[in-house]
Order: sequence, then C-alpha cells, then structure tokens
Amino acid sequence: MMCRWWRCFLFVIWVLALASTPLWAGNYVVRLAVTVAMYTGLALSWNFIGGFTGYPSFSTAAFFGLGSYAGALAQRAGVPMIFAWLCATLFVGLFAAALGGILLRLRGHYFAIGSIGVVEVLRLLIASWGSVTGGGDGLNVPFVTGGPDLVARIFLAAMLAIMLVVFATTVVVDRSRLGFGLRCIQQNEDAADMVGINTTTYKIAAYTLSALFCGTIGAAYASWAGYIDPNESFSLLMSIKVPVMCLLGGSGTVLGPVVGAAAFTLLEEFFWAHFLDYNRAILGAVIVVLIFFLPGGLLRMPYRGLFARTVRAWVQPKAAA
Amino acid sequence: MAYLQILVNGVVLGALYTCLAVGFSLVWGVLNIINMLHGSLIILGGYLSFFAWHSFGIHPLVALPAVAMLLFAIGYATQLLLINRVVSEPVLTTLTLTFGLDLILYNFMTVYYTATPRRVTLDMGAVDFAGIVMPVDRLVAMALALLLTGLLYLVLRGSRIGRAIVAVRMDREAAALMGIRVDRIYAVTFGIGALMAGATGAVFAMLYPITTNLTTTFLGKAFVVCVIGGLGSVQGALVGGIVLGIVESLAGQVVGPQHALTVGFALMLLLLLIKPTGLTGIRGYE
Repeated sequence: MMCRWWRCFLFVIWVLALASTPLWAGNYVVRLAVTVAMYTGLALSWNFIGGFTGYPSFSTAAFFGLGSYAGALAQRAGVPMIFAWLCATLFVGLFAAALGGILLRLRGHYFAIGSIGVVEVLRLLIASWGSVTGGGDGLNVPFVTGGPDLVARIFLAAMLAIMLVVFATTVVVDRSRLGFGLRCIQQNEDAADMVGINTTTYKIAAYTLSALFCGTIGAAYASWAGYIDPNESFSLLMSIKVPVMCLLGGSGTVLGPVVGAAAFTLLEEFFWAHFLDYNRAILGAVIVVLIFFLPGGLLRMPYRGLFARTVRAWVQPKAAA
Repeated sequence: MAYLQILVNGVVLGALYTCLAVGFSLVWGVLNIINMLHGSLIILGGYLSFFAWHSFGIHPLVALPAVAMLLFAIGYATQLLLINRVVSEPVLTTLTLTFGLDLILYNFMTVYYTATPRRVTLDMGAVDFAGIVMPVDRLVAMALALLLTGLLYLVLRGSRIGRAIVAVRMDREAAALMGIRVDRIYAVTFGIGALMAGATGAVFAMLYPITTNLTTTFLGKAFVVCVIGGLGSVQGALVGGIVLGIVESLAGQVVGPQHALTVGFALMLLLLLIKPTGLTGIRGYE
C-alpha cells in the first residue's frame, strides 16, 4: 500500500494532467478529459450514499437528468449559465432531500428497486409532459459561443472545478462525524441507531449529498451538449455505470471513485473506438470480471501473489451453500 | 359496456404479465437476486420461436416447449457457473453482475438479430361475445400464460424439487442441514426463471413485434408486478399481474395510453412505501 503523501501527489498530478490537456492535445482529448471529470464527479457523488452508507442506490441518472432539465429550462428562460447551474443544484438537492425522506425507509433490494423506479417515473413524466419539457423531441439549450476550442476549455474548467468541489466535500465528510456515522450505518444500521446515531438524518444527508452535485453536473452537461432528451438523460445504463466505476476503484474510499471513473471511462472510450459493434458486450464482460476478480476494487487489492490467488479462488470458490 | 371491454382487456393483459413476472419473482424470492437478465431472456425466447417459425415453419405452440427447455439449460448453467459464486453478496454486487451479463446477451442479440421488430403472424380472427370483441390469438396466449403459471404452481406445490425450492426459500441453512444441495437448487430455480421468461417470450412473439429495445420495458413490468403482488410466490405474481393489467388498461382509457406506463410505476413506488410486502404480503424477505 502506498503512503498517504504519495496518493495526494498522484491525485494532484492527475488533476494537472487533465487540466493541461488543451496545451498538449487536440480537441478530442480535451473532450475526453471533460468526460472523465464529469464521471469522476458523478462517481464521487454516488460514493456518499453507495460507498460510505452502503445503500444500493441506482438513482444517479434521476438526479443527473433532473439537473440537466432544470438547468436547460432555466437557461431557456434567460437565466445566465452559471446561475442556471446553481438553480439546478438547489432544485435537485431539495428534491433529493424530500425523496430521501420517503425512499430511505426501504432497505436492500426494495431500496434498489425503488431508486430504479424513480428514474423510470421521471423519464416517463418528462417524456410525456411535452408542453414544458419538449417531450420525446428533447430540448435545445442555448450554445456557448466562441468556437469549439474555447468552449471545450470553458467546460473543462467547469467540470474540473465541480469535480474538485465534490472531492473536497468527500475529504471533509470522510473525516467528520458524518462520515463516521455513515460508516457505522453501513456496517450495522440497527446497532448505529442503538448507539445514538440519528440514522434517518444521516441517511438523508448522504442521499442529498449524492444528488446535489449530480444536479450541477447534469446542468453543466446540458449546456455543454446543447441538446438533451429524456432517454439520454434518464438512462438506466448511467445509473449502473456510475456505481460500477466506484466498485472498480474501491467504494467507500476517497480516491477509489477517482481511479475507477478514470479507468472505466478510458476503457470505454477505447472499446467504443475499436469495437463499435460489441462495445456493450465488452462493457458487460468488464463488469463480470470486476465482480469476480476485483471484489474490493483496484485500490484495496493486495498486488503481491495476485495470479496464484486468482487461480485458487476460481478453482475453489467459497461454496454458495 | 365500454368498461367491461376494458376490464376484459386488462385481465388478458394481466395474465401475460403474470407469466412474464413469475420467473423473476421466484428468482428474487428464493435466491435474493434482482435478475436484470430477465428482460433479455424473454426477448431471446421470442426470437428463438420467431426464427423457428420463420426459417423452419415450426408452429410457435410446438416450438414453445423446446425453447423453454433450451432457456432452462442456459439459466441452469449461468447460475451454476457464474452467479452461485457471488449469490450471498449484497444486492449491489449481484444486481451489477446480472446487469453485466444482460449487456453481453443484449449486445449479441442486437448484432445477430438486429433491432428490427419481428412478429409471428397467425391470423386466427376474433370472437365477439355479448358485445366484447377479443382476437383469438390473444385468448390463446392468455390460456397459455395461465397454463404455464398453473404448471409452475403445481411443480412448486407437489414435486420433490418444488418442495426443496420452497424449503430453501424459507430457511437456507436448515434446508442445507436436511440434505438439500442448496447450490443445485439455486441453479434449478434460476433455470425455471429463465424457462418461464423464454416461454413468455414465445407467447409474446405471437402478439407483439419483438425487438431488443423492449428488454428494459419487460424488465420494468416484472419489477412492478413483483412489488405490487409480493415476492417469491405464484399467487403474488398472479395478483400483481392482474392488478397491473387492469390498472394499465384503465389508465390507458382515462389519462391516455402514453401515461399508462407512468401510472404502473407510480403505483409501484406507492406500494413500496405503504406496503413493501405487496398485496398478498408475506413478511420476512426484505
């Protein structure tokens, strides 16, 4: 295991590498860097509820989609871009706090199904509420002017800034009373309740934190893409991709989501570029391999004697019964 | 009279939903796994029966048992080789794994069968009874769906393997102590889930055009039916299916067909909050 300073150092290098892409690479790489920053932000957000608290939430796409619609509608109403993003953040945060109060009474499988249900209900509502949201035709968002290079730089800066804010929040939560309480809930909710942790408040706080920045990122994405539609914004695939990124890196850790999101996004980009027909199958295969061979994520894996252990684990699995 | 027609439509649809969800519900109840593969397995069954009809001229009713057995084999192998390794992990792991497998299956189906909607067309006409019109192929499909569901019920109630499945559902450790090989029972259960999915797909191919884009729709229906009716029992799926069928066809009439799906999901969320154990509710599987 690397010591803490090394990790900090590597993280700073990584952020600088992403931030400096416009200086040494073309527009394609810059776009990729924006995507990486975006998914890192989403994965770090999910980490609050899924990693620290251990609730299997699949509602990332609900918050992302809601944020992009809120931001897009605000911008179309003439609100300046940054304020539109802030409005979207606030709106999604309030929505998540209200929703959390209801949904977090469920546990395990029921919570998972409920959180997927929220994504579907929102998608269907937005798709059928044509007069406001444009329905299935989607919605155009006012473009940022100034040529592709400048636009890419603006959004790179914006996404990186959001990502760093989420990261800073993660670090603070990780060391605070809140983070400690959330970890207790993850290990044993009833026991946590018994020793005096206000589990309801803590869970709602975690859920709201997990939604808040998804809203900002959604709104920023809407301005970046210039066009949103219900199927793209509220996709179940995204709701599952983001937790997979966290699992890949190591959920419940501070740096895990950063590593996972970077690795996953770059892998996915590679597969899109080289195996267009089979990219989903490859994605599926990555997930299967991840579940079987990297159950603790990249960061928690002891790298010594890896091969021998893998073979042994496969030959004699822990019996199911 | 119009409402009677809606009600009959709803019941016919509900029987199909029952058949669609009962395998999913069994897998969830017994294995404690949310099987994201279910939608794709239904479509796979539909495609297999379509191509048996289209390429070899085999009547779908004849192909159905073969398709079902083939899917049973696929399901049995999947569970035994892959899912059994993580079956006792938290829901996040198992759900993600089945979703990964779903992506693989979905991708191969899209590449080999393309996304073109395909349908088995058997023109059987329609019956008119006391002012209620109903196409014959729908009635046949409903009868088949109920027959399959009934068969599953009988297997679970009467057969040795069925009793073993119920025993594992009730208490895994105790069942293992009584000499039941739990991992095999898991594989059989998942196989039965896949079998029901395949059979449902074969039935659906006679009524609706089948395309890979429908996988998530079917999966969503299975969620809703399970939550409405209650998990892991045939009766639960039956109640959930019929209720959803009637609600959807009523909603299609009252608020417009484009909102029928939303109403179904909203009903699911409502029930999750009020009565997570479903309408037939047995506690203890949360």
